[in-house]
Amino acid sequence: MSRKLLLEHAHIEGINGYETYRKHGGYRAVEKALKNMAPADVLEEVKKSGLRGRGGAGFPTGMKWSFLAKPEGVPRYLLCNADESEPGTFKDRYLMEKIPHLLVEGMILSAYALGANTSYIYIRGEYSWIVFILEKAISEAYAKGWLGNNILGSGFDCDLYVNPGAGAYICGEETALIESLEGKRGNPRIKPPFPAVKGLWQCPTVVNNVETLAAVVPIVNEGGDNYARIGVGRSTGTKLISAGGNINKPGVYEIELGLPMEEFIYSDDWCGGIKNGKRLKACVPGGSSVPILPHYLVTKTAAGENRLLSYESLADGGFESGSMLGSGGFIVYDEDQCVVRNTWNFTRFYHHESCGQCSPCREGTGWMEKVLERLENGKGKLSDMDLLVEVAKKIEGNTICPLGDAAAWPVASAIRHFRDEFEWHVREPEACMQRNYGLVKEKAEMA
Amino acid sequence: MQIASHNGKPFSFSPEAQAEVQQLMAKYPESRQKSALIRALHIAQEENGGWLSIAALDHVAEALRITPIEVYEVATFYTMFNLEPVGKYVLEFCHTGPCAIEGAERLINYVQKKLGIETGQTTPDGMFTIKEVECLGACGYAPMMQVGLYYHEHLTEEKMDRFLEDCRAGKIDKGSWKMH
Repeated sequence: MSRKLLLEHAHIEGINGYETYRKHGGYRAVEKALKNMAPADVLEEVKKSGLRGRGGAGFPTGMKWSFLAKPEGVPRYLLCNADESEPGTFKDRYLMEKIPHLLVEGMILSAYALGANTSYIYIRGEYSWIVFILEKAISEAYAKGWLGNNILGSGFDCDLYVNPGAGAYICGEETALIESLEGKRGNPRIKPPFPAVKGLWQCPTVVNNVETLAAVVPIVNEGGDNYARIGVGRSTGTKLISAGGNINKPGVYEIELGLPMEEFIYSDDWCGGIKNGKRLKACVPGGSSVPILPHYLVTKTAAGENRLLSYESLADGGFESGSMLGSGGFIVYDEDQCVVRNTWNFTRFYHHESCGQCSPCREGTGWMEKVLERLENGKGKLSDMDLLVEVAKKIEGNTICPLGDAAAWPVASAIRHFRDEFEWHVREPEACMQRNYGLVKEKAEMA
Repeated sequence: MQIASHNGKPFSFSPEAQAEVQQLMAKYPESRQKSALIRALHIAQEENGGWLSIAALDHVAEALRITPIEVYEVATFYTMFNLEPVGKYVLEFCHTGPCAIEGAERLINYVQKKLGIETGQTTPDGMFTIKEVECLGACGYAPMMQVGLYYHEHLTEEKMDRFLEDCRAGKIDKGSWKMH
């Protein structure tokens, strides 16, 4: 069985409370760090661990931390990105609900390494009940002396607060998150300056995903070298994968990076195969933004090698035949699902969530949505596919933040791999609509 | 999106909400209290019957000592804030990808038909409003909806029937942003 570093104790009754968490080794890493390690030592262990950002971009965490500017007399901030809104992704929610103290502990360690005395957890507003789970854990940590002033007599002060959003995917982008935390609209900032230099209230700031910060706990406990032994190549450690769609066992799984896709989808230890004995049609392995993989590229790469759940293997083949590990939002489609309808759905999402600052994204996402809607509803033209690819190209790389790319990639990849299905929508629209959830019949019945 | 066309009834925070907003402001450094705005708006919306009138927005501005426009621009940006009156129970169905392939559209159609309203509308008795929202992070437990602070997952038509009955019987807990 695979090793668990984050969710090892998640099934234990009462682990969301302080006493049980502590009994199972909780806050041992804070004791170790604050008593025996300098902040630079913690940073060194994180660098050695090879930990990469678990929110989607996969940027090395130790390197991100080392960019933090440290001007004299200016406060530094650590922000936890708990805005988890990428369709398909529900792993951070699971971690925060089940084992909130792990995040609190990881944030104390990270804040210590960075010399940040005030930290905030920015959580999406819809996870409203989790706000109170986290605040309970935080108040327990204060009561037991793990937060507050002069923790364990080390001289290190650490305050931690929770700040909810109110429904905006864009606030998962780190500069939009900062704007929102400042009490403004979530409009991403132009970079540079990067948050490491000018972030929250124009002070040096590090923004890390929930899972990234939680992973600092086992890294400090076991040492960065030991963490790096798990996984494959530059994909070290474990990763939470939230699996959904047409599988027998949807849920949140902690895998060792490098697990074969075949095993993850079909083994009863994991997703348990495709629901109702159907066949696999496609998979979006890293959240709605990453390119879709048709069934023949899911378990094997174009070169014929086994496809693994790792940053490198999923990206193998580039955008021609690969995808991305992304956030770990793993969506599986069976043979009955319609790629056109699904692409339209995702594009509507990006259009709704575009902040509207950059014209290519604001206009382009709406344009793509309209074209996809007419294709799905039997009013498309054969030239629409080239039009969509053209619009996607004009969005990609031409916006302040990555939302534009995130909107363009699913469309471009769906047409690359499923052009025949798009064309079928133009040639035989009635047949398509009949297949798609029998909506023609149902609409007629409702009228 | 537009701000509500009318002011709504006069609004002011209850004493407990007022105290909570003061506590929220203390979480941020001096002169940075505007950061408490989003959470203050959640509380105001709850105390104003589920939506934010201009009177409520203006009151929040006053409480945080910022200008009304700073509050309007935030209230119009985030989808959780309702700028028109809503029913007692706002059924917020996720309709994004993973929920859609697990039958969200069919379920929403069912509820629309049962309540006799479209998405965005409120039943004449003021009990229910249907909203369709983007991915709520419950993709493995689809289809689902949020009502108040809580999620209701693995929904079926039978479960929805029971849920609507339970709402009418006053048995559904919407939770509260004022839990301290």
